[in-house]
Amino acid sequence: MSAPDNYEAVTAGASQDVAKFDDEKKGLIGRFHHALHTTPALVPLIVLVAAIIVFGLVLGSKFFSPFALTLILQQVQIVGVLAAAQSLIILTAGIDLSVGAIAVLCSVVMGQVTFRYGVPPFFAVAFGLAFGTMIGAINGWLVSRVKLPPFIVTLGMWQIVLAANYLYSANETIRSQDIEAQAPFLQFLGNKLKLGGATFTLGVVLMLLLVAILAYVLRSTAWGRHVYAVGDDPDAAELAGVDVHKTLMSVYMVVGFICALAGWVMIGRFGSVSPSATTGVIGNIQAITAVVIGGISLFGGRGSIVGSFFGAMIVGVFELGLRMAGANPQWTFLLIGVLIIAAVAVDQWIRKVSA
Amino acid sequence: MTQPVLTARGLTKRYGKVTALDRCDFDLMPGEILAVIGDNGAGKSTLIKAISGAVVPDEGKIELEGAPVRFQSPIEAREAGIETVYQTLAMSPALSIADNMFMGREIRKPGLAGKLFRKLDRPEMERIAREKLNELGLMTIQNINQAVETLSGGQRQGVAVARAAAFGSKVIILDEPTAALGVKESRKVLELIQDVKSRGIPIILISHNMPHVFEVADRIHVHRLGRRLCVIDPKEHTMSDAVGLMTGAIEPEAA
Ligand SMILES: Nc1ncnc2c1ncn2[C@@H]1O[C@H](COP(=O)(O)OP(=O)(O)OP(=O)(O)O)[C@@H](O)[C@H]1O
Ligand SMILES: [Mg+2]
Repeated sequence: MSAPDNYEAVTAGASQDVAKFDDEKKGLIGRFHHALHTTPALVPLIVLVAAIIVFGLVLGSKFFSPFALTLILQQVQIVGVLAAAQSLIILTAGIDLSVGAIAVLCSVVMGQVTFRYGVPPFFAVAFGLAFGTMIGAINGWLVSRVKLPPFIVTLGMWQIVLAANYLYSANETIRSQDIEAQAPFLQFLGNKLKLGGATFTLGVVLMLLLVAILAYVLRSTAWGRHVYAVGDDPDAAELAGVDVHKTLMSVYMVVGFICALAGWVMIGRFGSVSPSATTGVIGNIQAITAVVIGGISLFGGRGSIVGSFFGAMIVGVFELGLRMAGANPQWTFLLIGVLIIAAVAVDQWIRKVSA
Repeated sequence: MTQPVLTARGLTKRYGKVTALDRCDFDLMPGEILAVIGDNGAGKSTLIKAISGAVVPDEGKIELEGAPVRFQSPIEAREAGIETVYQTLAMSPALSIADNMFMGREIRKPGLAGKLFRKLDRPEMERIAREKLNELGLMTIQNINQAVETLSGGQRQGVAVARAAAFGSKVIILDEPTAALGVKESRKVLELIQDVKSRGIPIILISHNMPHVFEVADRIHVHRLGRRLCVIDPKEHTMSDAVGLMTGAIEPEAA
C-alpha cells in the first residue's frame, strides 16, 4: 500500500492575498441594493423627498414654504419623539404599546405635581421624567427577567397607565392660561424660534437633538452595538459576552424617559395638560407606523433611528399636503396603509442578502 | 504530580427528563490539548457549556487553578480567561465581523471622545480583526465591515475561532471548530491550535474528526451517556479503539 496521499501539502502554494473582486459588474440595481443594505434610512428619505416634491409641485408655494415645512415639524414633534422611543424597543425585537399612554400620564404628573402639591415646575418636570423612567423599568423587568412577551407586557401597561391617568387626574384638564400664569416652565418646549418664515419650537429642536444623539449612540458606542446584537439574536449575544438583561433594562428605562419627554413636549404643544389627549390612545400605533415606514425591521436588529424620524415626517407631509389639497382625510389613512405594507415589502427585499 | 488547570467533579445537568450530564468528571492539564469525543447527544456541548458559564449545572463543582468557581454567565467565565467557540458560533448575523469579534469588549477611542462620548475606536478594532483573520489564513474575507450573515458557514467558523484565539488567556474551548471548514482552513485551525498550545494555553477540542483528534490531542476524554467513560492516550490507542469506546462497542478495561 502506498503512503497516504498528503493532500494538504498542496495548499502551501495557495495565494496569500486578501480576495478581491470587481465591484463594478454588479450593475445599477445591484449597487442600489447594496446601498440600501448598508444605509437602511435611504428608502424613507427618498420617499420623503419625493413626497415633498410632489406636494410642492401640486400645491405650489402654499406648501413649499419655510412656514409650511416647519409646521410639519411642529405637527410631528410628539409622534417623532415617541417614534424614537419605539425604535429602540423594536430594534431589540420588542414592541411597546404603552409609549403614548406613558407620555400622557407623565404630562399629567408634571401638571398635577405642580398644581396640586405646589412643587416648583422644574422639579415637577424632573419628577415626571423619573416617573416615566420607572414605568419603563417595570416594562423592562417584566420582559427581561419574567420573560413575558413585550407585546403582552405593554398591552397591559398601556391599559394600566391610561386608567391610572384618568383616576389620578380625576379627568380634569389644567387650562393653558393657568399654566402660563403660574408655571410657564411646563410650557417651556412650546417656546418658538423664528428664522425668516420658518418657525421652530423648542420641542422640535428637542426631537431633532434626540434623534441625532440616539443615532450616534446606536452607531458609535458599545451600548448601541449591544442593542442591535440583542435584537438580532439574544442567545448568541449572551454567549458572545453581552449582558442581555442589562441591555434590555437600560433600553426600556431610556424609552420610559423619552416617553416622559414626549409628555413634556405635549404640554408645550397644546399649552394645557389633558388626560384625554388622543396620544394616550393612538400614540403607540402612530409611533409604530413611523418606525415601520422608516424601515426598522419588526424582527429586530436592523434599521436606523434616523429612518424612523423620516417615517414620522412622511406621515406629517401626507397629512398636511392632503389637507391643503382639500382631500378627504381618509385618503391620508389609506395612503399611510399602503406605505406601511410597501415599507415592509422593501425591508424583505433588502434583507435578501443574496441578490 | 502537576495540578490540573481546570477540574470538574460530579457535574449534573438535566433538561426536564433528559439528563445531558450525569455526574461527569473532567480534568484539563496545563498546556495540553485535550480532545473530547463522543456520540451525538453524548453531552459534550453541555459539558463545555457548564465550564464556560453558558449553562449552570444542577450539581457538581468546578475549580479553575485550584479555586472553586461558579460561573453564572459566559461573561464571568470570559473574565476569568476562558474563551469558547460554541457549536452555534454565537454571532450576530446583521453586525459586521469587527463588531462581532469585539462584542462585549469593545475598544474605545483614546481621550475625550472615548471617555466622555464613549466613542468606539472602529479603525483600531478593524485593524486587529483583520490581523487575526490573516493569521488564520482567512484571506477570502474581503471586507472586515461586511455583515457576518454574508459570510459562508466556514468563514463564520473561522471568525469565531479567531475571536477565541485572540482573547483566551487561561483556557480555550473549541466545540467542533472545523466541522464546516475546507481542507486549507481546517489545517489553519489545527496550526492555530498548536500555536495557542505553544503559548502555554491549554485547549479543549471537541471534534468528530478522528484524524484531527489523533493528530493534535495529548489526551482524549471519551464521553458517553453524559459522563466521562475514560481518558486515553492517543499514542497508545488506535482510532478504532476510540470509536469502539465512544460507541460502547468496547469496554474501557478491554481497550
Ligand atoms: N437546551 C436544551 N434543552 C433540552 N435538551 C437539551 C438542551 N441542550 C442539550 N439537550 C439534550 O442534552 C443531550 C446532550 O446534548 P449535547 O448538545 O451536549 O450533545 P453533544 O455531545 O454536544 O452532541 P453533538 O455531537 O451532536 O454536538 C441531548 O440529548 C440533547 O437533546
Ligand atoms: Mg455538541
